[in-house]
Amino acid sequence: MKKLLVLSALAAMLASGTALADTSDKKIAFSNNYAGNSWRQAMLDSYAIVTKKAVADGVVAAADIFTTADKEVPTQAAQVQNLILQGYDAIVINAASPDALNGAIKQACDAGIVVVSFDGIVTEPCAYRVVVDFKDMGKQEVEQMAKFQPKGGNLLEIRGLAGTSIDDAIHAGILEGVAAHPEFKIVGSVTGDWDQTTAQKAVATILPSLPEIVGVVDQGGDGYGAAQAFAAAGKPRPTIIMGNRQDELQWWKEQKDKDGYQTWSASIAPGVSSLAFWVAQQVLDGRTDIPHDLLVPYLAFTQDDFEAALPKIPKGGVASHEYTQEDAIAAIKANIK
Amino acid sequence: MTAAPVETSPKSSSERGKLARARLLRSLLPALSLVLVLLAIAWLNPRAISYFGFSLMLNLAIPIALATIAQMFVIAGNELDLSIGTFVGFVGCVTATWLKDAPLVGVVILLASIGVYALLGALIYLRNLPSIVVTLGMSFVWQGLAILILPKPGGKAPDWLLSLMAFKPPFVPFPIIAALLIAAVVYFGLMRTSYGVILRGSGGNAAALERAGWSLLRTKIVLFALAGLFGVLSGMALIGITTSADANIGNGYTLLSIAGVILGGGEFVGGRVSPIGAVIGALTLALAASPLLTFMHIPPDWQVAANGAILIIVLAARVLISRRER
Repeated sequence: MKKLLVLSALAAMLASGTALADTSDKKIAFSNNYAGNSWRQAMLDSYAIVTKKAVADGVVAAADIFTTADKEVPTQAAQVQNLILQGYDAIVINAASPDALNGAIKQACDAGIVVVSFDGIVTEPCAYRVVVDFKDMGKQEVEQMAKFQPKGGNLLEIRGLAGTSIDDAIHAGILEGVAAHPEFKIVGSVTGDWDQTTAQKAVATILPSLPEIVGVVDQGGDGYGAAQAFAAAGKPRPTIIMGNRQDELQWWKEQKDKDGYQTWSASIAPGVSSLAFWVAQQVLDGRTDIPHDLLVPYLAFTQDDFEAALPKIPKGGVASHEYTQEDAIAAIKANIK
Repeated sequence: MTAAPVETSPKSSSERGKLARARLLRSLLPALSLVLVLLAIAWLNPRAISYFGFSLMLNLAIPIALATIAQMFVIAGNELDLSIGTFVGFVGCVTATWLKDAPLVGVVILLASIGVYALLGALIYLRNLPSIVVTLGMSFVWQGLAILILPKPGGKAPDWLLSLMAFKPPFVPFPIIAALLIAAVVYFGLMRTSYGVILRGSGGNAAALERAGWSLLRTKIVLFALAGLFGVLSGMALIGITTSADANIGNGYTLLSIAGVILGGGEFVGGRVSPIGAVIGALTLALAASPLLTFMHIPPDWQVAANGAILIIVLAARVLISRRER
């Protein structure tokens, strides 16, 4: 019996060969500056699921999560410094500010700590940045629109939170897409702040002044609000690009069941936190060929697969995806040119 | 002369002794709580008690200590400054932009902002306005100006400031030297000079001061100007550490500075403040809020609440002891 146990343990070790590299004694900390919305909650959940398993499997020794009490930069800077003191080998960070944490990040790098930032990235060159390709997402929105509306027509654009790099990137992508598809024309643009209520109000205000709209290109978190605004105004329902939120996909499903409504949905998966974790693990594993700026794919749903994902999303939540070590290795490979 | 000892009954002398003991306890309390927090940190993470550890843990306490001193000057005059946090953020934005690119303009702006603080003191005294209302209003003004200067996070600290804050003296970590220096300078100025006594007196017994011929307008202006000066120093020190600025970078300092003054043995009214206590209070808060919490390994869901709980416990101990004095 005992022998059998030992043998099976050995077999398990052999089977998971690569996972048991020399990172089993490494400790990775997660410095998070805010936990107050559904996206951040999903981000923390995904991270906890993946890292708990990684610790149980012995891939890393520890993966602790630290959230600061406020959204303040000095608090997070102090937190990073404390993590340095605690002897972590790597810090995964969703940063409060792209620049103002650079002092603390540099101190971490100087202490030999691997820093991987995502979502809220840091500009300090010694850190790694896991960035979702938002520009491509914006471009893809128009590409998909061209499939559903082959004749082209007028588009309404809903922008995100002003002054953020994400809003900038998606907008640039949409403009690029429209340039490639001259049959489309953006006739109006409103600010929706990635929020259904804000988007609904903004769209309702601009709708009366617009010609007929065939499609809405947006940034996620605003699709359902836009749909409500169109319905309330009694205007024909356009093709609205969705953003992986539960209420958006639910509405999409209702429309599809009614008359076969078609659209496309994309957003950054909160689980990108788990991808950042694996990137940190890969760097600790001794890989030196990893570029410091990693462009990773966004999470998209099509007409065929969104219904399967819908039941898994909590009400009021957003679709997530827990990345595996293989995903991370593939993503790194795609970035090495 | 001879009658005096007779009047002092044994009972009142024992009471006086009790009061003296309570006073001593009160002045020792800030140091005591700092030692307690340090012991807890040493127990949780021995690695932190080292030259490197103290440099890291305490360097962000320096701007907090400076902001606390600024707040202390305002509290010494029975007022409260709710704008110090956003003011520090504003100074930070100026430091990371103007002070680096056009040092002369930067210096002028910073001096002018100290002037604004002095004017606020005058306004509050002349119109007899509640300082809470005036400074709350100013907090939005400073925040707005900071966003105007730096709409997106960025900028860079001047090189001389960076090298100053990264200074590594032998044996004693820089933040400790800086804290001692701040405490000593302010202690001497406010507690040991005659005008310092007048300044504190403006909070303790304004009527008596006025009757003695001192200008209360002048004391108010001086107190607020000093607050502005230390606010500027705080913002510059903060940017020297973080290397670049963010319009919201100082927002948390308003409440931290008030808590630091109170923890350090100060009172909201009566001109009773202690510079040394305030610096120690600021260090204690900085250590209790962040390193202690991080080292305790509290589950993420509870970390935010635990931060608040630590603050309440530390401040409650202070209140318990000062009550024995009455």
